[in-house]
Amino acid sequence: MNHIRKILAAGLGAGLAAITAASAADPNPKDWNAVKQEARGQAVFFNAWGGSQNINEYIAWAGSQLKTRYGVTVNHVKLDDTANAVSTVVAEKTAGKDTDGRIDLIWINGENFASMKRQGLLFSPGWADQMPNWRYIDVENKPTITVDFTIPTDGMESPWGGAKLVFFHDSAREKTGELPDSFRQLVKWTANNKGRFSYPAPPDFIGSSFLKQALSEVIEDPTLLQKPVNAQTFLETTGPLFEQLDQLHPNMWRSGRAFPKNYPAMAQLLGDGELDIIFAFNPAEASSAIAQNRLPDTVRSFTFSGGTLGNTHFVAIPYNATSKAGALVLANFLISPEAQARKQDPQIWGDPTVLNINKIDKEDRARFEALDLGIATLKPDELGPMLPEPHPSWMTEIEKEWTRRYGAGN
Amino acid sequence: MLRLAPILAIAVLLGPVAFGILATVLPAFGFLPSLQGTEFTTRHFVELFEYPGLIRSVVLSLTTGLVTTGIAFAIVFVFVSGWYGSRTFARVQHIISPLLSVPHAAAAFGLAFLIAPSGFLFRLASPELTGSARPPDLLILNDPMGLTMIAGLVAKEIPFILLVCLAALPQTTARRSGQIAQAIGYGRMSGFAFTTWPLVYRQIRLAVFAVIAYATSVVDVAVILGPSSPPVLSVRLTQWMSDPDISLRFMASAGALLQLAITVTAILIWILAERVVGWYAKRLYLTGRRMSGDAWARWTGLVTVQAVAVIIFLGLGILALWSVAGFWAFPDNLPRGFTLSNWTRVLPSLSSSLSTTLTVGLVATLLAVVLTLACLEREARTHRTGGSRALWFLYLPLIVPQVSFVFGLQIFFLGIGADASWGALVFVHLVFVLPYVFLSLSDPWRAWDKRYASIAHGLGASPNRTFWNVRFPMLLKPALVASAVGFAVSVGQYLPTVLIGAGRWPTVTTEAVALASGGNRRIIGVFAFVQLLLPFIGFAMATLVPSYLFRNRNDMKATA
Repeated sequence: MNHIRKILAAGLGAGLAAITAASAADPNPKDWNAVKQEARGQAVFFNAWGGSQNINEYIAWAGSQLKTRYGVTVNHVKLDDTANAVSTVVAEKTAGKDTDGRIDLIWINGENFASMKRQGLLFSPGWADQMPNWRYIDVENKPTITVDFTIPTDGMESPWGGAKLVFFHDSAREKTGELPDSFRQLVKWTANNKGRFSYPAPPDFIGSSFLKQALSEVIEDPTLLQKPVNAQTFLETTGPLFEQLDQLHPNMWRSGRAFPKNYPAMAQLLGDGELDIIFAFNPAEASSAIAQNRLPDTVRSFTFSGGTLGNTHFVAIPYNATSKAGALVLANFLISPEAQARKQDPQIWGDPTVLNINKIDKEDRARFEALDLGIATLKPDELGPMLPEPHPSWMTEIEKEWTRRYGAGN
Repeated sequence: MLRLAPILAIAVLLGPVAFGILATVLPAFGFLPSLQGTEFTTRHFVELFEYPGLIRSVVLSLTTGLVTTGIAFAIVFVFVSGWYGSRTFARVQHIISPLLSVPHAAAAFGLAFLIAPSGFLFRLASPELTGSARPPDLLILNDPMGLTMIAGLVAKEIPFILLVCLAALPQTTARRSGQIAQAIGYGRMSGFAFTTWPLVYRQIRLAVFAVIAYATSVVDVAVILGPSSPPVLSVRLTQWMSDPDISLRFMASAGALLQLAITVTAILIWILAERVVGWYAKRLYLTGRRMSGDAWARWTGLVTVQAVAVIIFLGLGILALWSVAGFWAFPDNLPRGFTLSNWTRVLPSLSSSLSTTLTVGLVATLLAVVLTLACLEREARTHRTGGSRALWFLYLPLIVPQVSFVFGLQIFFLGIGADASWGALVFVHLVFVLPYVFLSLSDPWRAWDKRYASIAHGLGASPNRTFWNVRFPMLLKPALVASAVGFAVSVGQYLPTVLIGAGRWPTVTTEAVALASGGNRRIIGVFAFVQLLLPFIGFAMATLVPSYLFRNRNDMKATA
């Protein structure tokens, strides 16, 4: 059914005479009007992590906008792990299902993107930089938009939001000594504040990011991280990291014998008073948690003056998606100034924009300027320098070594 | 038509398990063409066994599973043998029965919110007793030995084993044998153990195997309460299955076979223990000792069973409290404010998942009940029962660990192009609903007094008319209870729903688990509560509908 409709829609767009084999092919983002026409009536299955109620509500809002503006129905498939969506596409490829796949758009970055790109599971050639709203994207100042964890995006994923590692603490609580300003200081701080710091065990995304932050700070030659890992010298180059972790773990929460499951679990522990310092990848996360009663309003943010890890998260279309045109329209809408401004509002979500404010119209700029970023959110110029993400192959090796040392129960 | 029923039932029970395992075995030995796996190799098993901490995960799965079953089984044995037939027994039975419909994840969350260092009990005790306004740094949840996980599983398996016993007991002469044994001086427990228990155990044996299989391969409870470094094997399997590094799927498939081997080993160990205990019991029996001083054991059993009920209900109460909580700081005993906003925010996303839960659950249950009734009616007309072989078929989907065949089943459905369809979802639910419906319906159905049928035949009624006008109305209540059980099972399905439904058919349970990954206690509270409410409504209907229909039939109440 869907197939026939697609052929008809594309055929009408190209003119009746053009109904040939080519008209049943993938939508062409250069001809945006044809994309919009083809998208009308399509249902887009957007696979995105569903663990956060405010993000779910934001996606529902985007869906309702798409319905009224473009006649596209958006179904949010709530995942507990993005990798499940990757697995689904793999299973489909296994079964030879190269068209009419179940997933039209995935919220993705880093390892998952690298993996899908390598396996040829993504809609190609690049489409993201062909979309109308791409002109607002801050390609100049945000290098992580075109290079995702050292892998060139080649337009095969469209940026959605920014991320930067920030730390939170409860200013109302007594702690020993100054707040740490680097990973090494954090290790010392934990020795003075026993049991008040922890991090999620890898392969959790936030936990892995913490390890990458630590490695980026202590490795002797940081340029090595931009290249694929060398298995021979891995133990030698990462020696300083595991030395510090060996010192850190006995002083951590539960003496390092258990770890919080993920970021939200860590936030709950800060709220309960079990932890004193936590960290997140979204600078506005604390403000939005305060707004939702999950954290006390005395929580404040800080970063390391030497820089913290930063990256971009994206949306991508699988090679066998059923509603590619609808997915393109949704991806384009997600980077519209209106949708981006709403996303940055901590009352809604608080996720940093990927747009360059100077590239957009005055009216749209006013939307961004009107935002109250919240009491616990650092201003963009207070966020400190951004450290680049290492090549994904590093994380695989770190996870393995970490599991061998700390995750195998000695 | 009726003739096909048993074959159809066996196909439903056996087919998916067989195909699922096949589609797991191939990748385990390196065959998965889409990932360039085209040659036979045992490499993935080598990788698996070289994985750090694997042996420990395996040992954890095996021991937690066996210890859980052993403890739950022992508690039920002590309680049933010590109190069967008493008024206390009937009272406790009424408290315990509703626990069966509590989803495992909800019970586990309730327990976690209760006993965590920042949980409700420590909030009550702080700062007065603990002397601190901060939660103590104690490793209670996720302890490396899995003790909390065992506690959570024991609490949920006790109601199950107890209710299976209750179904088996009416077919024994427990009361009379017990009286005779006591008359010649045996203690209440020893009398029951020597005369009745062997008969009961024979009937509940497969259910106990199902408990072992469940406890050795559970995922959701293990994630919430179980050890984390390393976790039990089933949790690692699901992690590998969803790892961004897709090539891990080969090792995950090998792991799924290892999981199957662990479950089988656990069952074999249990069978060995059966022999040993049986041998020892026989020797004890031959000594002629009466063992009448069993009061302490009886009371321990009673207190334990009641404590389990209290803990689960308390945990669920805390869940309900979190669902309406504003900011709730440690060590406040109660939240600083109450709000309905948690509910109003979740309700819109709840409505679509609710309709899927209801339609899939109801249709799968209806199919299961029809299939079960057809099989039982065929059995009654031909006087041929399937015997113990049929029982093994019934228990097959319950004994083979879900992680060992559902991933394979997903590939199978994709292959026939039925993936993500509503029909496939109903079918996969049916696989798990059918055994429970059959098991809970077959005993009351077979226990029905056949003389009613003889009378009906004598009055000239056809077999069909006898079924519709006599047997079915008289057995309406057990049929509805079986439906409620089946519906509760359907509501609780997580892994099959996510994989076969491909996320396109969200249910209350899949939404609950996705949101639980965000760790927001308030939202977890809301979903766990809804998850709890659905089966509860089912069981309430099973009681209310017959009493309304037969409100002017005095004797029908007696059978209720």
